[in-house]
Amino acid sequence: MSIRHSLLALLQDQPRYGYQLRVEFESRTGATWPLNIGQVYTTLDRLERDALVAKEGDDGEGHVVYSITPAGKAEVRSWFAAPVERNNPPRNELAIKLALAVTLPGVDVQAIIQAQRVASIRALQDYTKARRDTAANQRAADTAWLLVLDSLIFQTEAEVRWLDLCEARMVQQAQAAATSAGRKTSNGATEDAPLNADSRR
Amino acid sequence: MSVQGPQQVLELAKVGRTFGEGATAVAALRDVHLTISAGEFVAVMGPSGSGKSSLLAVAGGLDRPTSGAVYVESTPLAGLRLNELARLRRRAVGYVFQDFNLVPTLTAAENVALPLELDGISARKAHRQAADALRQVGIPELADRFMDQMSGGQQQRVAIARAIVGKRRLILADEPTGALDSTTGQGIMEVLRARADAGAAVMLVTHEPRHAAWADRVVFLRDGRIIDQAAAMHDPTMLLTQAGL
Repeated sequence: MSIRHSLLALLQDQPRYGYQLRVEFESRTGATWPLNIGQVYTTLDRLERDALVAKEGDDGEGHVVYSITPAGKAEVRSWFAAPVERNNPPRNELAIKLALAVTLPGVDVQAIIQAQRVASIRALQDYTKARRDTAANQRAADTAWLLVLDSLIFQTEAEVRWLDLCEARMVQQAQAAATSAGRKTSNGATEDAPLNADSRR
Repeated sequence: MSVQGPQQVLELAKVGRTFGEGATAVAALRDVHLTISAGEFVAVMGPSGSGKSSLLAVAGGLDRPTSGAVYVESTPLAGLRLNELARLRRRAVGYVFQDFNLVPTLTAAENVALPLELDGISARKAHRQAADALRQVGIPELADRFMDQMSGGQQQRVAIARAIVGKRRLILADEPTGALDSTTGQGIMEVLRARADAGAAVMLVTHEPRHAAWADRVVFLRDGRIIDQAAAMHDPTMLLTQAGL
């Protein structure tokens, strides 16, 4: 997540001081990503160093107010215009765990899949309930929180579907291996189980 | 006799269902224990052939278990004669099927009133209750439409109205969103959720994680057995923290 660009975007709205930026950021993203106030000030220092923001002075109560520069506005425009960069491919601990599990002997992959499925469904239940509760009492400020919840729901749903696919593939491979072993026993011929070819994909 | 709390609407005790005999016998359900209380929404998930639909059929008295016992509102289904079972199904249990099972020559209101009229309730009273059920599912204005004048989503709402009409306390739904778009599917979940919140026991068979997530409890079936259950934590803030967000 780009704190740098998020703060710049908020300053484009109007000049603000550090604590205001933090509060504004959290309220607009449904407090999903709490910001450390130290991070805010460090980021503001860097933005000032790069001439993207400038100190406007004191607000009379001892707060240093920052405003965005023309270069800062250009930076915000290009941030909104560019798609979010993906790590290539995005690091996904679950995919890594399963990829290792299927290649190691003695690991109960189905048990790993099921444990994850229960945890993911539980998360999906909680997100769905939070979404239902928020939608039922919706205030204007909740729109951002609903968008964040929708995003979490989509991601978690995709995870469960992918787990279903992994399990179905494991079952197919086991059946193919069993069939192949059966043929081998009955007529003495040896055939490569599709398991071998498939597991290298 | 089963030991039940007053709020328990459905209980399956050591339920087994086997099709066929001897070497070709297939066990669709094995030693299933499951209870659903009033106000509880339970989703059943599992791969194809895991026994989901068999579970629903046995729970609603559409099929009899080969072993174990099923209780609906403390009544053991095994002890009922066929006509008594039919009466209990009409009065206490509502079913929603994937293919709706509506009568095309009847209007929406007539379809919904049908089980009540079959049960001997006067046509006038039955139609008043049908109108109320159609209002609960959000389509009171479609009461006089025939099925071929309604979209798939609207027909499914009629099917749900028929399942909840009267004082049914157990609602059983088998993939009720199968052929529907995702917005309509969500509308169906809202209706089922509202019925549970109003005190009915709801059991939903589904392969859609997004729909199962509306339930208070998700039961996972595999090879006819319940292998896991998931219940919501009801504290999404904690969850977000755990997710590292």
